[in-house]
Amino acid sequence: MNALVSMSGIEKSFAGVPALSQANLEIAPGEVHALIGQNGAGKSTMIKVLTGVYDRDAGDVHLAGVPSRISTPREAQESGIATIYQELNLVPLRSVTENIIMGYEPKRLGFLVDWREGNMRAREVLMRFGIDIDVTEPLGNFSTAIQQLVAIARAVSLDAKLVIMDEPTSSLDASEVEVLFGVVRELKKQGVSVLYVSHFLDELFQICDRVTTMRDGRTVSTRNVQDTTKLEMIADMLGRNKDEIAADGLTDFAGAKAKKGDIVLRADSVSTGPRLTHFDLTLHRGEIVGLGGLLGSGRTEAARALFGVDGKRSGAIELHGVVGQPSGPGDAIVNGVGFLTEDRKAEGIIPDMSVRENMTLALLPKLASRGQIDFAREREIVQAFIDDLGIKAAHMDQPIRELSGGNQQKVLLARWLATQPDILILDEPTRGVDVGAKREIQSFIRSYVEKGFGVVLISSEFEELVEGADRIVVMHEGRSVKELTNPGVTENILVRALAHHEEGTGSWNAQ
Amino acid sequence: MLDETAFDLRKYLRRNSASVTVWIALLALILFGLMRYDNFGSAYNFSSFLNYNAMFIAIALGMCFVIMTGGIDLSVGSVAAFTSVVAAYLSPYGIQVALPGAVLAGVGFGAINAFCIIILRIPPFIATLATMLAAKGGALVISGAQTISVDWGSNFTKLGMGQAFGLFPWAIVIVAGLTLALWLVLERTTIGRTVLAIGGSEDASNLMGLKVNRAKAFVYLLSGGCAGLAGVFLASGFGAGQPLEGIGWELSAIASVVVGGTLLTGGMGSIPATVAGALLLGLVFNVLNFENGQGTISFSAYWQMVIRGGFLFAVILLQSRVIARQQKVLG
Ligand SMILES: Nc1ncnc2c1ncn2[C@@H]1O[C@H](COP(=O)(O)OP(=O)(O)OP(=O)(O)O)[C@@H](O)[C@H]1O
Ligand SMILES: [Mg+2]
Repeated sequence: MNALVSMSGIEKSFAGVPALSQANLEIAPGEVHALIGQNGAGKSTMIKVLTGVYDRDAGDVHLAGVPSRISTPREAQESGIATIYQELNLVPLRSVTENIIMGYEPKRLGFLVDWREGNMRAREVLMRFGIDIDVTEPLGNFSTAIQQLVAIARAVSLDAKLVIMDEPTSSLDASEVEVLFGVVRELKKQGVSVLYVSHFLDELFQICDRVTTMRDGRTVSTRNVQDTTKLEMIADMLGRNKDEIAADGLTDFAGAKAKKGDIVLRADSVSTGPRLTHFDLTLHRGEIVGLGGLLGSGRTEAARALFGVDGKRSGAIELHGVVGQPSGPGDAIVNGVGFLTEDRKAEGIIPDMSVRENMTLALLPKLASRGQIDFAREREIVQAFIDDLGIKAAHMDQPIRELSGGNQQKVLLARWLATQPDILILDEPTRGVDVGAKREIQSFIRSYVEKGFGVVLISSEFEELVEGADRIVVMHEGRSVKELTNPGVTENILVRALAHHEEGTGSWNAQ
Repeated sequence: MLDETAFDLRKYLRRNSASVTVWIALLALILFGLMRYDNFGSAYNFSSFLNYNAMFIAIALGMCFVIMTGGIDLSVGSVAAFTSVVAAYLSPYGIQVALPGAVLAGVGFGAINAFCIIILRIPPFIATLATMLAAKGGALVISGAQTISVDWGSNFTKLGMGQAFGLFPWAIVIVAGLTLALWLVLERTTIGRTVLAIGGSEDASNLMGLKVNRAKAFVYLLSGGCAGLAGVFLASGFGAGQPLEGIGWELSAIASVVVGGTLLTGGMGSIPATVAGALLLGLVFNVLNFENGQGTISFSAYWQMVIRGGFLFAVILLQSRVIARQQKVLG
């Protein structure tokens, strides 16, 4: 049987730095094929070579046995390859419908776009994901999770032979991931192949048939998922012996050993609008407080309120014992609050600036004396973070847009850590970060709070919350409804606390 | 289930809050004029006002498309001057030759812009700045820096001075048709939506497999063509090709587009509101002329400019307030 896609001996360098060397990948018809590897291993680059975003320097690509002639993303789509790129490539200003049907609009008289039909189609594909939203709204009005699902919906609706998903679940919560898996299984049933990139190795066992592992631009192994273990995959990714890794353990949060200090932040029945109606929170120095909840439960809105992005309508916020909400992000920063947003593309990175500049942007006032920036000190700080967080970049003056997704995320995290805010709000800090790096980041956050800082941690990953937070505030429909205290919280307890309120039986309120 | 087909006024106003202001300002100014000046509402003032402003509307329409892709076209004023000379030279052959000839000349400049921007990858600001200088020089060269009188014997001047169906000047009819056609293109065709998608994010549009280059070429050709048409109106309205005209027209066009609520960074825009913006800009002068005619106060041409600038500023300020409030109220 001919492979649907066969890439062999792929080479690709950027400005002389190799990103891919001797990389091979084979995808059979109707299979779900996983592609894994550490941040910067070359997964996204491999995909972009296949879909014609990048030209390859050497190597062969065959589609169903015939040499591929794809040289632009458009041609890839026309050859039946639909792709969800890692950096969600949609147009936030335009409507949900447009983002789903653009390029394939239903027409009347051969040239007039039929919006009624288009809206209906968009609604239909979204229904498959259990989403019922006003599809005529601009996409940017919706959460990152919805945007990610829209990107997936677009790809799925294209009638492709191969659907490529580059970290599709990075901003989805557990129930949304389940829905996605359902869609993937359905695709497979229809004989469509899926190339699936993810850092959540557990996911692979649920839906993937085979897994190809990359390391430093090479593909090092292809295995049947049934016949392998998570440990074996990690060993391949890191190029280390699996027994060693087993001895080290995998997560490194090991929460709840904080010595609590004074209260640095308090929110008392804060409301900012319909999406955040009642929010209570107390944060001490030396403590990580998690916010748990499903999509739309108000976690991000709560963070925005604390950071002064959304003005409050009622309730009280107390910073360092002083009552008053920050009047805006600038004021929040001055008062020692930092906020790593979940949307790194729109709100975080400045693509054309270097890794160094991106990292020290918020730090500049402290680095300068009488307008003169202390460059030696700057480079020192940047280098320390690059080492501590294991950021993979050619050098610190490389434009950040050239870094892999996970490494961009680490730079953003470093930006905030560098300013040493008393209160750091982290919205999905380890999104898109590989297993090894996730662990490093987690232990870094822990050592940060141990120095006497406080962290508010938002995560869709239950594991991260349960292991990472000292306390978890459970949110539901814009309200904080319950508080769980570590040690003793398990994923099960958290899930039950969430589900409880889903069913509407719970009424306990942290007034 | 949500029903998106039902008309929802709140939703409509929120989506169009950027352009609602321009309509309100336009209506307010018209009412002001009607109440204050006797002949303001006369058929004569109405039709001569529209006739004179037809060329500015045409240019603003093309500019609107360019801006919606996130680009800019600074060459339109000079191109209009150039094509007015072309139209004047072609006028002996009649409107049926002069009109397409001049429009084609405009499209030619648009093609140069498109080539520089898409193939040579020169930023639109610089590429069209160069074309602006070239077209200006070209207009002076082919005319010898003189106004070129049109052939009064041919049917050419009908365009600017005659009436269609004995009712409206031809220029108005043509511009109205163009407005409708471009509105349809923007709202109901693939290329129109691609234009907006590019302005929203060119990278994303590329990765979505949209025909980005084709749409970009389209907007610059269109803008050139619209400038060409404006040149025809100029020549036929004033009876001569005007190589020295067109200075600052690009800025008026940009102002019309922006007042109409189109985002300067692209991705969002409105055709009718752009027309309203162009009319508003013209109407300020019209009102000031009437005011001068009253004899109580008299504004010099310079002061008129200052007043127009101040008025524009007020409208844009109001607009941004309205948008901010709408977003707050409706989330
Ligand atoms: N446009 C570019 N210019 C320069 N270097 C690049 C470019 N794109 C990718 N690279 C480099 O190529 C390497 C592989 O990057 P790639 O994005 O493929 O990694 P990845 O496996 O997808 O990682 P992640 O899990 O973080 O998304 C990285 O070292 C990255 O810095
Ligand atoms: Mg990647």
